[in-house]
Parts: sequence; C-alpha cells; structure tokens
Amino acid sequence: MAIMGAFTLYFLLPIFWLLVSSTKTLGNFNSTFSLWFTPTSITDMGNNLVNLFTYNEGVFPRWMLNSIVYATVAGGIGTILAAMCGYALSKYDFPGRELIFNTVLGGVLVPATALALPLFLIFSQVQLTNTFWAVFLPSLVSPFGVYLSRIYAASSVPDEIIEAARIDGSGEIRTFFTVAVRLMSPALVTIFLFQFVSIWNNFFLPLVMLRDQTLFPVTLGLYTWNSQVSQIPDIRTLVIVGALVSIVPLLVAFLSLQRFWRNGLGAGSLK
Amino acid sequence: MTTSVLPPMASAPAVTPRKARKRLRNKRAIALLILPFGVLFTAFYLIPVIYAVVESLQVIKRDGTFGKPRLEFGGLSQYFLVFQDSEFWGSILRVLAFGVVQVPVMLGLALLFALLLDSPLVKGKKFFRLAFFAPYAVPGVIAAIMWGYLYSPSLSPFSFVTSKVDLLDGGTVLWAIANVVTWVYVGYNMLIIYSALLAIPAELYEAARLDGASQVRIAWSIKIPLVAPAIVLTAVFSVIGTLQLITEPQVFKQFTSSITSTFTPNLLVYTTAAVPNLNLAAAFSVVLAITTFILSFAVLRLTQRRAAL
Repeated sequence: MAIMGAFTLYFLLPIFWLLVSSTKTLGNFNSTFSLWFTPTSITDMGNNLVNLFTYNEGVFPRWMLNSIVYATVAGGIGTILAAMCGYALSKYDFPGRELIFNTVLGGVLVPATALALPLFLIFSQVQLTNTFWAVFLPSLVSPFGVYLSRIYAASSVPDEIIEAARIDGSGEIRTFFTVAVRLMSPALVTIFLFQFVSIWNNFFLPLVMLRDQTLFPVTLGLYTWNSQVSQIPDIRTLVIVGALVSIVPLLVAFLSLQRFWRNGLGAGSLK
Repeated sequence: MTTSVLPPMASAPAVTPRKARKRLRNKRAIALLILPFGVLFTAFYLIPVIYAVVESLQVIKRDGTFGKPRLEFGGLSQYFLVFQDSEFWGSILRVLAFGVVQVPVMLGLALLFALLLDSPLVKGKKFFRLAFFAPYAVPGVIAAIMWGYLYSPSLSPFSFVTSKVDLLDGGTVLWAIANVVTWVYVGYNMLIIYSALLAIPAELYEAARLDGASQVRIAWSIKIPLVAPAIVLTAVFSVIGTLQLITEPQVFKQFTSSITSTFTPNLLVYTTAAVPNLNLAAAFSVVLAITTFILSFAVLRLTQRRAAL
C-alpha cells in the first residue's frame, strides 16, 4: 500500500501542478508556491481560458478541432478498415494469406518516424505537403489493428455463425457488417483507442509535413508556442492552460470507454 | 497457421457450378474486405519504405562547382558514409544506453503494480488503476513541456532539488527524458499486463493456496510465467519506441542547450534532411529501421526462449 501511495503522488502530482499553474497569472506563476492555488485562482483561470481561446484569432480552438478530426475520423475509418482486413485474414483461406499477414506484421515493427521523411518526399511530389491530407491519409493505416482484429476474429466469431448467416442467404460483406462487427466490438473499441491515442500524440509527422498554423494538431501548436516563450513571456501562461485543456478530451475518452478497454488491452498478447 | 492453397478453377471439374459460383463470390468478398486497407498500407507503408531505399542508393553529382546537380545511382556509397558517421553511432549508442536502463525499470514497475493490483493486498484497485494510467492521456509533447518546467531551477515546485542539481545538464538530460517516458508509459504497460493477469483462471491459484504457497510465491511461480507473452509484447513496443525517440528531446531543446541536433538517431535524420541531404537522411532512416527490426526481433526471440523454460 505504501508503494502504491508513493507512486500515486509520482503519477498525479505533475498533473495537479499543471492544474494549479493554469489558475495563475504569469506574475503569480513565477512568484507563488507552485503546488497550491492563490486567492484569485478562479478569476485568473477564467481570464487565462479566455485569452487561450481568443489569442491570435482563436488559433487554439482551431488546433483542438484539427486534433479531434484527425484522431476521431482517421481513427474511426482506420479501425473499420483494419477490422475488415483482419477478419478476412482470419476467416477465409486463400493463396497469399500468410504473405499478406506477415507483411502487415512487419509493418507493426517499422518505426513510424522512419516513414515520415519518405512520406514527406512522396507527398511533395504530388504537391500535397502542408495540406490536411498529408496528416490525415497516413493516419488511416493501423497494421497493429489488423493484427489485433485477426486474433479477435479467430477467437470471438465462430465459423458456425458465419455458416448460419450464409445459409440464411446473407452475403459475405453483409455478414461482416451485421454479425461479425458486433461480436468483435470490444476489440474494435480497443483498436480505435490505440489509434486515437497514437494520432492525437503524433508529433513528428505533422512537424515534417505542415507549415500552415491553421492545419496544426494541438501538440504541434503548443510546441511552436513553447518555442516563442523567450520572446513573448506572456505566452507561457497560454502554453500551460493549453496543455491542461489539450489532455481533457483524452481523459474523457478513457473514462467513458473504460469498460471496453479494460478487458481489451491485453488482447494482443493472449494467443 | 497453415496455408491451404485453393485448387485452380480450371483443373477442378469435380466442383459443381453452384459451388464454383460461391467460391467466386467469396473471392470478391475477400478482395473487398482486404483491398481498402491493402491499398492504403501499400501507399503509406510499402511505397515509402521502397522510396527510402531507392533514395538512399542515389548520390548528387555536379558538373564542376557551379554545375547543375543531378541524381545518379551511387550504389552503397551513402551507406559507407552512414557507417563512418560517428555522430550517428553515438546517437544509436545513446538511445541503447537509455533503453537498457529505462525499459527494464519501466516494465519492472509495470509488472510490480499489475501484480499488486491483482493481489488481495491492495484496496481501492479502481482508483489506483486510473491514477497510474492517467499520464498516458498526456501526449508526449505536453508531458515533455510539463516536465521541462518541473525540472527548471527557478520555476519548479521542487526547486530545493532543481536549483542545486541541473537535471537538464548534458550528463543528466538523457535520464531526465527517461523519467518523462517512464512517467507516461508505466500505467499503460501495467494495464496490458494486468488484463493478462485477469484472464488467468482462478482455479490455478486454488491448488497453490491449498499447498500453502504465499502470495509472493504464487506471483513468481504462476502469474509471471503466465503473463510472459504480455510482457514480451510490451518489451518489443518499448524497444521500438526507444530507438525512435524524438518528441521529448525535440521539446527539451527548448529548455536546454545540452540537447544537440544529433542527440538521437531520429533527430539526426531530421537535421540531415533539413540540410538538405535527403539521400543521406534516407540511408540513416533505412539503417535505423533495420536496427529496430533486428533488435525487436532479438527481444522477441530472447524473451520467448526464457518464457518457454
């Protein structure tokens, strides 16, 4: 218990510090005790939030929106595509099946950052760097999702059910979308969360691809703000409040989808 | 998994027309299910890999000092440069040193917490699970910015430490980064191991308990061997993550000058590409990807042999 208590402090204190710091003016941030609130905390935090959302013509809400679109839309579509592929690899026998699976598995081991540079060169040949698509399209691909889907489909979609659907006259694709997807839903939530997090956290690909501020995800946006702190000291407050606001959607997603990922996370390792 | 190859249509006269149609229809279904992912995977994984390899085999030649640059096939000449580049190998050694210390510490903690959560010794499991997992909701960039302030000599709440020891000094900054990575990922790895623990049937413990085995003994002899595959999975991902370290050092460059532009392999790739020397940068990328591949494969092999014992 003592161990658990000590580490709870280690894990939560930095987040608490972020919360406290975002309730302070720049002056108080530099001068008051940094792990407790000040008498004017509530109004100061209100001011900070207003400044955050209005600074530079509201570029911060724009970044948040970008991150949400990149992560939910690309993550959502990517999950379905990965599930389709993993299901097909698990439920149908066809020549080249293992070759496809092993190639995808190899893709799991390819570091994403190693791809960023060649992707930039390819996108620049078709004039698509510094566009929404430069970050969105590569985010659709989740080899790990295919791997998880295959394992899950094998263990949670019995062949008899597919056969029964066939006898009832359901087409293969329809069987997948009506029967299999439902049976695989815990795995799909897990895959979606994995992909959502990795897109939300993605920093290197947008850093390489994007120049236009209005296309930035929130991670890259806050990074550029933090690089201006020495010239514009006031921006430090915005970086701190922005950091706090930027972790809220993920915390909400984790808490609300908790019952799904709790059991799904270990899926990849159970074989 | 066995691969059974379908007999070619023409040489299967025994198949009734009905069956043949069904097989054809399945073919279409298979294609429809696989192609969307397949096309994207080819476009954004396979082609970039091939492209990087092709780029890395080229050199820029000029006719005289002011001549027009043109690309030529250069064979392995970029790779000779890579192997002679002490900055590159220095950065690889740096992240390897990082990984040798950070990965076992992180996974050891994750395993310990998962076992504690799974044991009857700890109350309030739900709270601890969430508290330990919470840092995973913090993106690497944000975590690095936060810790950057927490390490700062004047602004940190722990200035009684940070004003005496400069944690962002050249000698310690690597371990300052290790702490950030550990902070973010322990809870995540803990959950992966914990959910593997939950999947162990309770009957397995009954016999041990009847024989008078202690909790520690049960953990050591039953639980750890059974969750070994989960630990292997987290180890492989940690190794991959270590070699491609870039976010945290890139952010820490804003806080300290002790992070050079060649601090990690990926920073070096980024710097080289910005020169721009794309062909050399591509060669760095290829060597890094191959190194990652070999290392994660080695971890897989090594731990699997252990697990089999």
